[in-house]
Amino acid sequence: MAARIHGGAGAGAATALSTFNPKKLVAPPSRTNLPARNSKRYIVSAAAGSDGSKKSLLRVRHSQKLIANAAVATKAEESSAPTGTGHELLLFEALQEGLEEEMDRDPHVCVMGEDVGHYGGSYKVTKGLADKFGDLRVLDTPICENAFTGMGIGAAMTGLRPVIEGMNMGFLLLAFNQISNNCGMLHYTSGGQFTIPVVIRGPGGVGRQLGAEHSQRLESYFQSIPGIQMVACSTPYNAKGLMKAAIRSENPVILFEHVLLYNLKEKIPDEEYICNLEEAEMVRPGEHITILTYSRMRYHVMQAAKTLVNKGYDPEVIDIRSLKPFDLHTIGNSVKKTHRVLIVEECMRTGGIGASLTAAINENFHDYLDAPVMCLSSQDVPTPYAGTLEEWTVVQPAQIVTAVEQLCQ
Amino acid sequence: MALSRLSLRSNPFLKPSTTSIRRHVSTDTTPITIETAVPFESHLCDAPSRSVVTSSSEILSFFRDMARMRRTEIAADSLYKAKMIRGFCHLYDGQEALAVGMEAAITKKDAIITSYRDHCTFLGRGGELVEAFSELMGRKRGCSNGKGGSMHFYKKDACFYGGHGIVGAQIPLGCGLAFAQKYSKEEFVTFALYGDGAANQGQLFEALNIAALWDLPAILVCENNHYGMGTATWRSAKSPAYFKRGDYVPGLKVDGMDALAVKQACKFAKEHALKNGPIVLEMDTYRYHGHSMSDPGSTYRTRDEVSGVRQVRDPIERVRKLLLSYDIATEKELKDMEKEVRKEVDDAVAQAKESPVPEPSELFTNMYVKDCGVESFGADRKELKVTLT
Repeated sequence: MAARIHGGAGAGAATALSTFNPKKLVAPPSRTNLPARNSKRYIVSAAAGSDGSKKSLLRVRHSQKLIANAAVATKAEESSAPTGTGHELLLFEALQEGLEEEMDRDPHVCVMGEDVGHYGGSYKVTKGLADKFGDLRVLDTPICENAFTGMGIGAAMTGLRPVIEGMNMGFLLLAFNQISNNCGMLHYTSGGQFTIPVVIRGPGGVGRQLGAEHSQRLESYFQSIPGIQMVACSTPYNAKGLMKAAIRSENPVILFEHVLLYNLKEKIPDEEYICNLEEAEMVRPGEHITILTYSRMRYHVMQAAKTLVNKGYDPEVIDIRSLKPFDLHTIGNSVKKTHRVLIVEECMRTGGIGASLTAAINENFHDYLDAPVMCLSSQDVPTPYAGTLEEWTVVQPAQIVTAVEQLCQ
Repeated sequence: MALSRLSLRSNPFLKPSTTSIRRHVSTDTTPITIETAVPFESHLCDAPSRSVVTSSSEILSFFRDMARMRRTEIAADSLYKAKMIRGFCHLYDGQEALAVGMEAAITKKDAIITSYRDHCTFLGRGGELVEAFSELMGRKRGCSNGKGGSMHFYKKDACFYGGHGIVGAQIPLGCGLAFAQKYSKEEFVTFALYGDGAANQGQLFEALNIAALWDLPAILVCENNHYGMGTATWRSAKSPAYFKRGDYVPGLKVDGMDALAVKQACKFAKEHALKNGPIVLEMDTYRYHGHSMSDPGSTYRTRDEVSGVRQVRDPIERVRKLLLSYDIATEKELKDMEKEVRKEVDDAVAQAKESPVPEPSELFTNMYVKDCGVESFGADRKELKVTLT
């Protein structure tokens, strides 16, 4: 079963990937040597017209049917219907499918975490796996994040490929030493002798009144660790694809899921596919402004995008997906096109992913910016319990609309 | 293993004329049984017998290997004072019996993982002297290409997993190694070494719990040299009986300055771990140097104490006395062996000094393993730029 690598966009079975020619959009002497990309391309209509309203020009072959639920208010987005059959499932089922396929494929893959086995996983991502693969491959650990993360890393040094689950990402703070010093650094300090092919995953982000300690966004803490890769999934399609790619990767990968996105429904292809770990996803191409986002904020942005389109703006929405390293190629081309950037993230303002991304864009694409990079992040507060207060800590669609209007003046 | 190492003819540094003429001690494997001086203390298990089966070639190999380790550490001391080794340098002299005794009981497929005091363990696993010194001096020829340093020696082909700077962090890693061994169903064990200071780390107990719960073939070895940097064990541990700290995990206390006792204990532990799961070994040992080169080692203990241990319990002297009393070698032969070892070490140091420093592009190698064609920049963002692979 050959896996096909889809560049970001969801797809039907037999999509012809038109090669994305960066020169078409951009005619600059590139100030930075953006690495040469091959093969994995998006299907983006390069010949977009120049008028404001582009409601119908969504030629991205998306098969993203998002069913509205209480957690995330979205609308079904439909362009061309997928040609394959595909099957519909929820995001946590997509993760499980990816995990199960990889465990079938490679006997070295094992899962360890709290209540992943007999209980089926606190978010049901590992449901049924213990019955299928046994206790040695799906391990219920005691509550000792430091020790079982270290164990996973030690096992990885010998060639096993553990998938370590933090029941909530926040608990992985207890394993920070293992993740930073051992996971990230052992490949380097051993002169390349050991590889650490672990996947560390778990739900994070602000949920529904879960309290401060259970609403943490660890991507900002982990982003400095050299030697690891970080990805954030946001749809069932990319959740499965990223899970599979992360397991197959020889590098340690931290896969950030979001507590509120587990029940998203989408139709995904039947055949095997993986997503590129270092690539961003073009959600909605546009002309006026580039909105960079990831994980749950993608849905807030898309909601704001509807309002913006009604008001006559044409935002380009990119789900950056790869939090470390940033896909500066996609981002850069977008900046060169639109000249305005808005970053919408759930991290806190101080030291978050948005802060690093702002710096990276300013450094690399300064000449192409017509306005300063704006970054909308969560407030620098512990997430309060009260519902109204919690709502105000994260970025809401109305704020995104205001920000775009401000930037596009 | 001890035999092939001992064959003097294969060692390029030696002149054949130093081979003993009257007895073939280098290859004599007739078993000799020796009683250990100190009895084993056990917790939740039956202690192994005090009679250790060994042979003259093995004892001679102990002597040679320990002499090599001792000379390496002393050479590292002078190199550090000459500022050729920088940063941290933790020396193992006094504890050599642990490294050689353990090696004698196990194979190269059994895994060892230890803390930052790893030079001699690396040598015991078959690491080359020149690799060790190059790594200490930050040269390309080093076992980690000069990028690890004193605390990060590794040797994958000999299942030596390092070399870790953070106290106690290697213990969960060691249990992970044991888990992988159990997963692959091969009959090998893991020795996870830590010190009396690390014995108070929470992750030790977390890892012990998991290892006992899942019956992992993990042997946790506490190298109790009685000082956690400057803090003596009576000041840091309410219960300094580290072999009992496992509570539900059996333990054994061993005289860590006696290479034969160490060998017996490790052999016993390996058999135990393969059948019954984890076991804790406490090795009663001592370090002559301070915690590291920046610690004189005399502010928290008296010089008399150090010289006292050196006179009464030194591991190399004990083996020397054994060799002499069992008439396996003469004074002169042993002295000559020491001279050869000294020359070996000096040659390795000279070779290591010749080795070049790593290239600037090495800064970015081995960050990721392939399939990550992104860029990384040096501090000035312009001069040093490389695509990470």
